[in-house]
Amino acid sequence: MTLERHKYDVLVIGAGGAGLRAAVEARESGLRVAIICKSLFGKAHTVMAEGGAAASMGNVNDKDSWMVHFRDTMRGGKFLNHFRMAELHAKESPDRIWELEVWGALFDRTKEGKISQRNFGGHEYPRLAHVGDRTGLELIRTMQQKIVQLQQKDGRETGDMESGIKVFAELTITDILKEDGKVAGAYGYWRESGEEVLFEAPAVVIATGGVGKTFKITSNSWEGTGDGHALALKAGANLVDMEFLQFHPTGMVWPPSVRGILVTESVRGEGGVLTNNLGERFMFKYIPDVFKDKYADNEEEADRWYVDQDNNRRPPELLPRDEVARAINSEVKAGRGTEHGGVFLDVSKRLSAEVIKKRLPSMWHQFYELAGVDITKEAMEVGPTCHYVMGGVEVEPDTAAAVGVPGLFAAGEVAGGMHGSNRLGGNSLSDLLVFGRRAGMGAVEYLKNNRANPVSDETIHAAAAKIQAPFDRQGGENSYSLHAELQEVTHNLVGIIRTGAELKEAIVKIAEIRKRSANVAVSGGRKFNPGFHLAFDLDNMLLVAESTAKSADSREESRGGHTRDDFPGMDNKWRQVNHISSFDGEKVNVRKQALPPMPKELFELFDIHELEKYMTPEETSKGGSN
Amino acid sequence: MARNIKLRIWRGDSTDGGLKDVVVEANEGEVVLDVIHRVQATQMGDLAVRWNCKAGKCGSCSMEINGKPRLACMTQVASFGEEETITVTPLRAFPIIKDLVTNVSFNYRKAMEVPAYEHPKNLAPGEARMEQIDVERSQEFRKCIECFLCQDVCHVVRDHEENKKSFAGPRFFIRIAELDMHPLDTLKNRKKAAQEEHGLGMCNITKCCTEVCPEHIKITDNAIIPMKERVADIKYDPVRWLGSKIRKREGL
Repeated sequence: MTLERHKYDVLVIGAGGAGLRAAVEARESGLRVAIICKSLFGKAHTVMAEGGAAASMGNVNDKDSWMVHFRDTMRGGKFLNHFRMAELHAKESPDRIWELEVWGALFDRTKEGKISQRNFGGHEYPRLAHVGDRTGLELIRTMQQKIVQLQQKDGRETGDMESGIKVFAELTITDILKEDGKVAGAYGYWRESGEEVLFEAPAVVIATGGVGKTFKITSNSWEGTGDGHALALKAGANLVDMEFLQFHPTGMVWPPSVRGILVTESVRGEGGVLTNNLGERFMFKYIPDVFKDKYADNEEEADRWYVDQDNNRRPPELLPRDEVARAINSEVKAGRGTEHGGVFLDVSKRLSAEVIKKRLPSMWHQFYELAGVDITKEAMEVGPTCHYVMGGVEVEPDTAAAVGVPGLFAAGEVAGGMHGSNRLGGNSLSDLLVFGRRAGMGAVEYLKNNRANPVSDETIHAAAAKIQAPFDRQGGENSYSLHAELQEVTHNLVGIIRTGAELKEAIVKIAEIRKRSANVAVSGGRKFNPGFHLAFDLDNMLLVAESTAKSADSREESRGGHTRDDFPGMDNKWRQVNHISSFDGEKVNVRKQALPPMPKELFELFDIHELEKYMTPEETSKGGSN
Repeated sequence: MARNIKLRIWRGDSTDGGLKDVVVEANEGEVVLDVIHRVQATQMGDLAVRWNCKAGKCGSCSMEINGKPRLACMTQVASFGEEETITVTPLRAFPIIKDLVTNVSFNYRKAMEVPAYEHPKNLAPGEARMEQIDVERSQEFRKCIECFLCQDVCHVVRDHEENKKSFAGPRFFIRIAELDMHPLDTLKNRKKAAQEEHGLGMCNITKCCTEVCPEHIKITDNAIIPMKERVADIKYDPVRWLGSKIRKREGL
């Protein structure tokens, strides 16, 4: 049988927000683009983003600006963010939101008819452009329809709507191919038929999203298996700071089948209150020193904030996600949790049923249909769920080019650096727009000096052999059970609270599972066979888990999405360190690399006393890098 | 708390297939997709089923459960009787690929046939001003998660393959209505196109689409009927008909 081959200028792997935005950019610059999605077009995990996209448009509070957004983002990430990414993100996100409106998006409005903006954890002003609680769906649909618009334009010009940009749905990429040290394309298989496909493309954008399925309790769908992280590692790129995982404080906890499904932060943004089984509003006990001047320490002030934000501090329910998740974890561990091991989140006492159904329609729906709870009348039960990986492919901030692999780009959740040790809610939708576009631009620039890079037969044979291997094995291991074992290990040993001893145990156990995974056999044929699909996803998850466990073992401090019981404090020396994971063909190696220091003009946006909480005296006395 | 339930699953491909009976454990609060996954993990490793979010937000796990088009992730096992056998079959209006997975490319082709949104040429990014009340009409249709249950249930195409060519289906009637009601869209004659090019006239408003919509979009009442009324209004009102002949009137 002859191999199916396609030639494109740019191959975008992943059809969530970042991938689609990159594809639009590359196509509008005249390049031929292929978009790969593992699912059907328009089903990417971006649709699950509920709260909104952060952009300092200043529509609700005109004091907002990119500088304030930049400061909030750096604070949220505990200053481990790559300053340049946070700067670009804060500066460009308003334009990216307005651009969506030009493409047909319909955001909720203010009284003046501008795009409305809502409050969210860690954001000083109301900043999240939103559509009820289905903002991600609006983003995906708008870009999906923008791509159709580009296809219609191509159709008018060439007679073939798919001549310039084509979506390959339900296709999995198993290898990024290189020739002479540069990207040459990618190899994969149609999920439907199991048949193999070769894409020859000198530029590849990875936009595959997250790694949540590595964990037992997660808000991620089956797609979040760290494919892009692993593809990049295997292609010779680095991952940065993989120890930082965001456990979203509010996932559903009951019934068991929905455990982990996200409960949007908007519930708290709209006034939802967290209480324990004693009825105590416990978040007041968990305000860390670095945030004491920004968050109310009593209920009266916290409640007043909802009507007068200028003269009151914010309620502590709106602390950054890592703080709230740890607080909930502590309450449950101390025996003050709900019957099903969560805490209560109640919005029914502050808002009328009508307003709740209008502002949080899909939450109402989700709890009513899946848990039999009417959130307009009663409290929800919630607890932490693995939601987002801050770590990811190490990239050049301006071009989203993967460090070390010419022709490879990464954007969105799969890229690292932007969010430091903890991402603020609302910053991911804006991240994927800003850096999706930049990845597209980066590919366009790269192709000015680099043209097609033909793929050799040897490379093709090696990629094909990998896909066939699980079918040729007899007996062997079951990928479903190995996946379940991996999830137990990560849940128990690499979870929200970690210790050195447990992490070391996890590293050994992950290596054992990885060894056994080389023996995975698949029953049935190639045609739409989920067992076969999982065999490849599993390999990716194992690499990601290894990288996370090793980085977490090395970082002897607690910061953002990495909490060590044996090193509970934040250590300013560790703020200067990024962990870089690379792959030598056998195992993941983790080394330390110096974090690039902020230049003077960004350094001076902060109060020096605030920086002293995060930086060493040598750093603060230097006052920026230039 | 766990109990065994009887599940009957359609297995096969475009050439051959049939219903297979299995007994599988179900726990409290589980949905049909959970038990299908359990069958997959323990009894039928190669059972094909689409799913993503498992929270009713992505519209991937569409199938027919006891003959009714539904999302498997939003259908509680407990909503069936203890002794009742739950039968799951693939969407009937689309060609079968394997087991519970069908080829839904019909819908993506139709999506490409609806002319895209056109923004006012002189309105720069950030300058748009719209009232909340005006965006809400289109927002209702933009809630659509593209599960294609409405397309599956619609009798115009459900058992009439021959109608597919000239009929876009409820999902794309709401897409056209959404653009038609969009406060800023500048493309004219969307309703006329709905009637003449996308088969709006073939719909005889039985409201089956509205009934199966997991997002509770009032497809018939808020999109299809208003468009039909306007089309009829202009097509059959003698004064307006004359007006449209005397000077070129647009905006239908």
